[in-house]
Amino acid sequence: MAKIATREAYGKALAELVSENENIVVLDADLSGSTKSGMAKKVAPERHCNMGIAEGNMMSVAAGLAACGNTVFASSFAMFAVGRAYEQIRNSIGYPQLNVKICASHAGISVGEDGASHQTFEDLALMRGIPGMKVICPCDAVEAEAAVKAVAAIEGPCFVRLGRSAVEVIHDENYHFEIGKADVLQEGRDVVILATGLEVQEAMKACESLKAQGITPTLINIHTIKPIDAETIVRYAEKAKLIVTCEEHSIIGGLGSAVAEVLSEQCPRKLVRVGQRDVYGESGKPAELLHKYKMDSDAIVEAVVNNLK
Amino acid sequence: MNQTEMKKIAAEVRKNIVRMTCAAQSGHPGGSLSAVEILVSLYFNEMKINEENVNDVCRDKFVLSKGHASPVLYSVLKEKGFISQEDLMTFRKIDSEIQGHPNMSIKGVDMSTGSLGQGLSCAVGMAMSYKIHHQDFRVYALVGDGESEEGQIWEAAMAAAHYKLDNLVAILDFNGLQIDGKITDVMNPTPFDTKFKAFGWNVIEVDGHDYDQLEAAYTAARECKGKPTLILANTVKGKGVSFMENKANWHGVAPKPEEAEAAIKELEEQING
Repeated sequence: MAKIATREAYGKALAELVSENENIVVLDADLSGSTKSGMAKKVAPERHCNMGIAEGNMMSVAAGLAACGNTVFASSFAMFAVGRAYEQIRNSIGYPQLNVKICASHAGISVGEDGASHQTFEDLALMRGIPGMKVICPCDAVEAEAAVKAVAAIEGPCFVRLGRSAVEVIHDENYHFEIGKADVLQEGRDVVILATGLEVQEAMKACESLKAQGITPTLINIHTIKPIDAETIVRYAEKAKLIVTCEEHSIIGGLGSAVAEVLSEQCPRKLVRVGQRDVYGESGKPAELLHKYKMDSDAIVEAVVNNLK
Repeated sequence: MNQTEMKKIAAEVRKNIVRMTCAAQSGHPGGSLSAVEILVSLYFNEMKINEENVNDVCRDKFVLSKGHASPVLYSVLKEKGFISQEDLMTFRKIDSEIQGHPNMSIKGVDMSTGSLGQGLSCAVGMAMSYKIHHQDFRVYALVGDGESEEGQIWEAAMAAAHYKLDNLVAILDFNGLQIDGKITDVMNPTPFDTKFKAFGWNVIEVDGHDYDQLEAAYTAARECKGKPTLILANTVKGKGVSFMENKANWHGVAPKPEEAEAAIKELEEQING
């Protein structure tokens, strides 16, 4: 399978969008080469504005642009887009429900060598807490491109989480993406695995190992963390003994928490969360880090096997 | 509009600032009263905003970056006919649209503000939009002197000069006081003139209660090409109500009914001579 980073797909989709729609304005904070928002600059330089290393200002500027009728894409690394500028997103963009799409790259531990200061595990939690904010975490290039086009087509604030590392392309061009509608990748009877972002590829590998051991899993790609597809989750959970969530994010506040909320209110089941376990990361290669911090396919297999006993 | 008419409107605005904060027993009268002439001159002589275009997405815009001075904005919007007197008196009360800090859902409010430091950046975004789309509208932002302690004000100042936003005017309400005391004691953000000049702005200093000086500054700002303008407006906190003038403790305290009555009497005497 080809491997492409979701940020590459973002840049490609954005370049198409700015060429088609004169009301799209793109902002970046000195990282346009890394976030790939710079791909839009080549097509419409007058509508790609570098705001320098000042993310708080960038988010409020985005709000002002949106208040004048523009659809605004604002990009930086997830750490700075969401961490540094959280309150600007909350008050300038979220409160008036302005049409700003925060597309944040380099999320999670797969940032790799930059280490703990750049590895964001809290972005889904922070964005999920803002009323009216849609939160999307695409798993591959096809889904990222579709998600970027989908958020451009709707009004209101959206957060799209993108990764630095190349990930396997698991969908083909016929894939139909819909915000808020979970993507069932395979069905089994023993365990329901819910994964998001880069963890979908890890979960797919885990499913192969599990099947070799005689365990048949259901695997669902939860690309939209908010609004979460509670109906699909409950439908599959009702028949399951065990649910496992997989995310390259803290087990506090992200997919695992969102699923726990759904299950505990609507369909109590045993839940195990695979994710960053309330610790900071460190420098290393993405694969090494995913292994050490127990978010790779081996960790998912272990979580399933140990908890099905 | 001539100055006699503007002075009448300013007196009505001041009375409503007192009435609405008194009715709510909450709100920020001091920094609202200091900005009355600035907003009256903007809304009645400078900005092109009226009943016909008020709901347009693109037109001249105003951002109250020091959002806690919402009573002055709401009272001026009432004089423009966008908010009713009845609604004005629901300020800060439950089920009211007239929130403690400005909210874009209110007719004529161009940006939701309240968290200091963010409004000037929003105004920069609006001015950038008009540049990008070649629209001949102007953007005005009222910034607090205490607010300028926020680092984001200077990020916005840098961006406005970088993008040569000569369609942007920031007016700094330099009343010298913030909630904990004198700005020079709490965390000195001065000097403003040389700082903004160093950031690449055209700076004009005026008496913020003098209509001639304010209007001359707006005109000079229009004529200045290639850079944003800062109007450094020297003002008096609590202006027009003698017992509130230059008192930091009137920053965020509402007048009691008897104080409001005394204030309104004083303001009426000022109009009637």
